[in-house]
Amino acid sequence: MKYVATVRDLSVTYDGRVKALDDVSLKIPIGQIAGLIGPSGSGKTTLIKSIVGQLKLPANKVAVLGLSAGAGQLRERVAYMSQELAVYDDLTVRQNLIYFARIIGLSRLEVKTRVEEILHKVDLSDQKNQLVTDLSGGQKQRVSLAVALLGQPELLVLDEPTVGLDPLLIENLWKLFREITGKGATLIVSSHSMTEAARCDDLVLMHEGKIIAIGSPSELEEKTKSRNIEQAFLKLVRQTNKKEPK
Amino acid sequence: MKALYTAARVLKQLAHDPRTLVLIFAVPPLLLWLLKYVFNNDLFFTQFAPLMLGIFPMIMMFLITSIATLRERKSGTLSRLMSMPLRKSDFIFGYALAFSLVAAIQAVLATLVMIYGLGIEIGGGTSFAIIAAVASALLGTTMGLFTSAFARTEFQAIQFMPALLFPQILLCGLFVARDQMATVLARISDWLPLTYSSDLMKRIAAGGSWGVDHTKDLIIICGFIIGFLLIGALTIRRQEKTK
Repeated sequence: MKYVATVRDLSVTYDGRVKALDDVSLKIPIGQIAGLIGPSGSGKTTLIKSIVGQLKLPANKVAVLGLSAGAGQLRERVAYMSQELAVYDDLTVRQNLIYFARIIGLSRLEVKTRVEEILHKVDLSDQKNQLVTDLSGGQKQRVSLAVALLGQPELLVLDEPTVGLDPLLIENLWKLFREITGKGATLIVSSHSMTEAARCDDLVLMHEGKIIAIGSPSELEEKTKSRNIEQAFLKLVRQTNKKEPK
Repeated sequence: MKALYTAARVLKQLAHDPRTLVLIFAVPPLLLWLLKYVFNNDLFFTQFAPLMLGIFPMIMMFLITSIATLRERKSGTLSRLMSMPLRKSDFIFGYALAFSLVAAIQAVLATLVMIYGLGIEIGGGTSFAIIAAVASALLGTTMGLFTSAFARTEFQAIQFMPALLFPQILLCGLFVARDQMATVLARISDWLPLTYSSDLMKRIAAGGSWGVDHTKDLIIICGFIIGFLLIGALTIRRQEKTK
C-alpha cells in the first residue's frame, strides 16, 4: 500500500512547556479520506500543521508525498484549510477566490471557470459579489473551504471544515470530498464530531496529544464491541486512562 | 507577476474602504493648511512646509502599512498564502507596490495643494518635490512592513510610531539644524533614514538645479527602502517554531 503521509515518533512541544503531540506515529494511505478525530485540545491541529509543513520539526519525522513536510515543491501539491477563516473579509467572495486562484498558478481562463465551478459546489453563487464581512459564519466558512478546493491538489488537508454548516450542506460537501478522492486525491479531515467520523475511510482517534487507535470505523467498533464510533472512542479513552493513571 | 496580483488585491481592499482613502488623501493637505495658519507667518511657513511635506506622508503610510500587514498576519491569510506557491518577496513587493501607488497619489496631492493652494514656492521645482515626497512616503511604507513583524496587536503597532518615527523627526534637522545638535545626536542622525529625506526636501526647497548632493540623498533613501523591504521579507516565516 502506498502512503501519502508518514509520521514517525513525533512529539511537539510549544514554548518548551505545552506538549501538543506525544510520540505520534501514523501512515495515511493514498486516495482515502482519513479522519483525525478527537476532542478540542487533543492535538489534531498540531498534527495537521506538522503534515502541511507549518511547524519547524526535526528532519525525517514527517514525510508527505515522498518529501519532507514543508518542502517547497509540496506547496503546489498540498492544499490546506485552517480553522481560522483566513480569507479577506474586505473583499467579495469572488475577489477572494480569484486572488487565491492566481496565487496557486491558475491561468486567467482557468480562474474564470474554476471559480464559478467552486462557487456552485459550496453553494455560494448567489453571494459571490458580497463582501465576506457581510456573510454569516457558515457562509464565511464555505469561502475558506472554497479557497482550499480551488486547485487540484494531491493531498487536501481540512481542519474542521464543516463546523457551523447545516446538515444538508454537510451532506453535499461529503459528496464533494468523495468526488475528490474518486479522482485519486487524498483527504485528511479533522473533526471533533463522531457523526462525521463515520463517513471517513480511516480514523485516527486522538486524546491528549496521543493516538489511541487507528482503523476504519467498522474495525474500531468491532475491536471495542461498540455500536458506534462515539461509544468506541469513549471506551478507548477509558482504556488509555486506566493504562496510564495520572 | 504574483506581486502584481497581490498589489491589485491590496488596492481592491482599499477601494472597498472609502473612509480610509479619504483620510489618506485629505489629511496631509489639511494639516499643511492648518500649519499655515498656526505659523501665521509666511517666512516660517515657507521654510517649514516643504519639510512637513516629507514627514506627513511618511507617518501616515507607516501607520497604514504596519496595521494592514499586521492584520494579514493575525487573520491567518499570511499563513495561508505561505502554504501556497507564493514567494515571500512577491508578497512583500506586492504590498510595497500597492502602497507606493497610494503614497505617490497622496504625495502629489499634498505637493500640489502646498504649491498652488498655499502659495509656497519650491525653488528646485514641483516635480523634484513630488519625487522627494514619494520617496519619503515609500520609506514610511517599507518601515511599516518591517515593523509589523514585531507587533502582536494594533496597539503595539501604533506604539512603534513614537518609538521609531518621533526620534527621527526630532533628529532630522526639522527643529534644530543637525550641526547645532550635541555631536552624539548628530552622529546618530547620520544613520536615520528621515535625515536624508528631510535633507533632500530642504535642498529642493532651497532652489538651484539637481546636484550630486541631491542624488546622494536619494540613493541613500532608496538604499533604506530596499533594505527595509529585504528585512521585511525575512521576517515572514513559513513555519512556526516548536521545541
